[in-house]
Amino acid sequence: MNAVVKQLTGFRDWVDERFPLIQLWNDHMGQYYAPKNFNFWYYFGVLSIVVLAIQILTGIWLTMNYKPDAELAFASVEYIMRDVEWGWLIRYMHSTGASAFFIVVYLHMFRALLYGSYQKPRELLWVLGMFTYLALMAEAFLGYLLPWGQMSFWGAQVIISLFGAIPFVGETLSLWIRGDFVVSDITLNRFFSLHVIAVPLAIVGLVFLHIIALHEVGSNNPDGVEIKKTKGPDGKPVDGIPFHPYYTVKDSVGVIVFLVFFAGVVFFAPEFGGWFLEANNFIPANPLVTPEHIVPVWYFTPFYAILRAVPDKLIGVLLMGAATNILFLLPWLDRSPVKSIRYRGPIFKTALTLFVISFISLGYLGTQNPTTVTTWMARGFSVIYFGFFLLMPFYSKMDSTKPVPDRVTDK
Amino acid sequence: MRRILCIFAVMCWSAAAFGAGGHGPALEAANVDLANKTSLQRGARLFVNYCVSCHSASYMRFNRIADDLGLSEEAVQTNLMFTTDKIGDVMQAAMPPEDAEQWFGVAPPDLSVIARSRGPDWLYNFFLSFYIDESKPTGVNNRVFKDTAMPHVLWEQQGLQRLVTTNDDHGESASGGIEHLEMETPGKLNPDEYKQAVRDLVGFLVYVGEPAKLVRYRIGFWVIVFLLVLLIPAYLMKLEYWKDVH
Repeated sequence: MNAVVKQLTGFRDWVDERFPLIQLWNDHMGQYYAPKNFNFWYYFGVLSIVVLAIQILTGIWLTMNYKPDAELAFASVEYIMRDVEWGWLIRYMHSTGASAFFIVVYLHMFRALLYGSYQKPRELLWVLGMFTYLALMAEAFLGYLLPWGQMSFWGAQVIISLFGAIPFVGETLSLWIRGDFVVSDITLNRFFSLHVIAVPLAIVGLVFLHIIALHEVGSNNPDGVEIKKTKGPDGKPVDGIPFHPYYTVKDSVGVIVFLVFFAGVVFFAPEFGGWFLEANNFIPANPLVTPEHIVPVWYFTPFYAILRAVPDKLIGVLLMGAATNILFLLPWLDRSPVKSIRYRGPIFKTALTLFVISFISLGYLGTQNPTTVTTWMARGFSVIYFGFFLLMPFYSKMDSTKPVPDRVTDK
Repeated sequence: MRRILCIFAVMCWSAAAFGAGGHGPALEAANVDLANKTSLQRGARLFVNYCVSCHSASYMRFNRIADDLGLSEEAVQTNLMFTTDKIGDVMQAAMPPEDAEQWFGVAPPDLSVIARSRGPDWLYNFFLSFYIDESKPTGVNNRVFKDTAMPHVLWEQQGLQRLVTTNDDHGESASGGIEHLEMETPGKLNPDEYKQAVRDLVGFLVYVGEPAKLVRYRIGFWVIVFLLVLLIPAYLMKLEYWKDVH
């Protein structure tokens, strides 16, 4: 036994002389000091990584049997569901993983809103996260075409045609994206390539940068207190604990709980009542038959509702783009002297509540056939959505605040 | 914090409830039972006798049916395979699709995943809702799928129904009366037997739509049991390490 340990230690040292192994481990795990008061909302970062790993692994196995060919794609998915050993499980993990990814990422972003995690000095961390979110939206959109069902086809058709609203270059641009006058085999092929190589590579790279930036500035916490300000005689933050082992063991619990819910959906409700897998997508793509009701999957519907709320197509497209991109500016829109919602005043709390209500309501309205009433509701919620950001420089500054303690308050 | 979580939970729940709402006429629940192998076997027999002459289920293999429904390959070969003699073949329609399109105006759709796009309740009600309509080339129409090109292939079993409109103050239909179906010519089966036969057929279609459905609930149960057991040492380890965090 002792000899084995000795050999392993020897090997580690041999590597360490040639590669900063121990230093890397210490910088990012063993001696990365995280605040000791993380709560429920702090699980969603690690859960995003877990879902990313699930998507990459299941994606690799799906790619082994999927055929990116308009004639074969739909059948190859059913082949995976029936004739590939455990293919149904791999496919359901991937389809459930897509929705799970957005759930954990939205909650991760909401955490940042709650505790001001985008504020100085974490602006770049937030911006890198936002780029990852945009890449994730692109990834989901590209992947949704691949099953080549009716919703795949018509969803892509509608979204790509939005680019046509751009003056002068619009039509040329959408033609260039599709590679054809309608969504076709060539579109499927390029979407497959982008979905399997280009965008995942970008996502992994961005996540890497996101974590490096995080470990440079240090994690925020539910109190919005900088733990680096109060250091002990050993030079370590007194309210910090080493990420490993404290948060590795704590996150393991969170990951297992998450996996219970994940398995619950994968095995017992993979369609999730039509929210994760739509009934119409079990009809093969048919360019000659337009479904009466074309909606994107739930994670895009808040933005889709904003698009439809605007009568003019070009302005609608611009506002839809603005709805996602305005989040980039958050660190500079928030003028509050405090970070965490715990020490903010009633105006911010009201604004955040209204924002959450309007985001979820827009998400719901985006799935429904528009009527006059719902269109006006969508307009109202769109105004609140943008108002939350555009008025933030004013209300965040004038809002009352409570005194922020020097040290974190929770255990 | 707790308040935020509560609000969130309520919102998620209400969103799920909205999502569940359907469209179209109220459908009677199909109540198929995938655990009932004999029901699935009866459904398979109805399927090959009445459906496969026009419809394919081109992602479904006969040997898979043998395995999943507890039948020997010989039993499948003699009772279910009329369009091929290779046990590894998929269920292909007897009728060439081009001919079918010419005869019915539309090619009969592949039924492999029809239960996933239409849903079992829709299919169940579809088979209960044929009625006599002399204006149609097939002689029948359907209340669930108006002007369907499909003939009532199970008419010998069900008999033929007539659409009756009774005038009522609370008129519900377009014609100002309540519509319902009345049996004109009874078939070989009484209404309850016929409903059971349709339930068998729809159960088989649900199975064909997703063969993994027969196993995934059972596997999922054990996966979750495993995760819950794993949670115990993970949580105890967290408590042990966090003892010294104050």
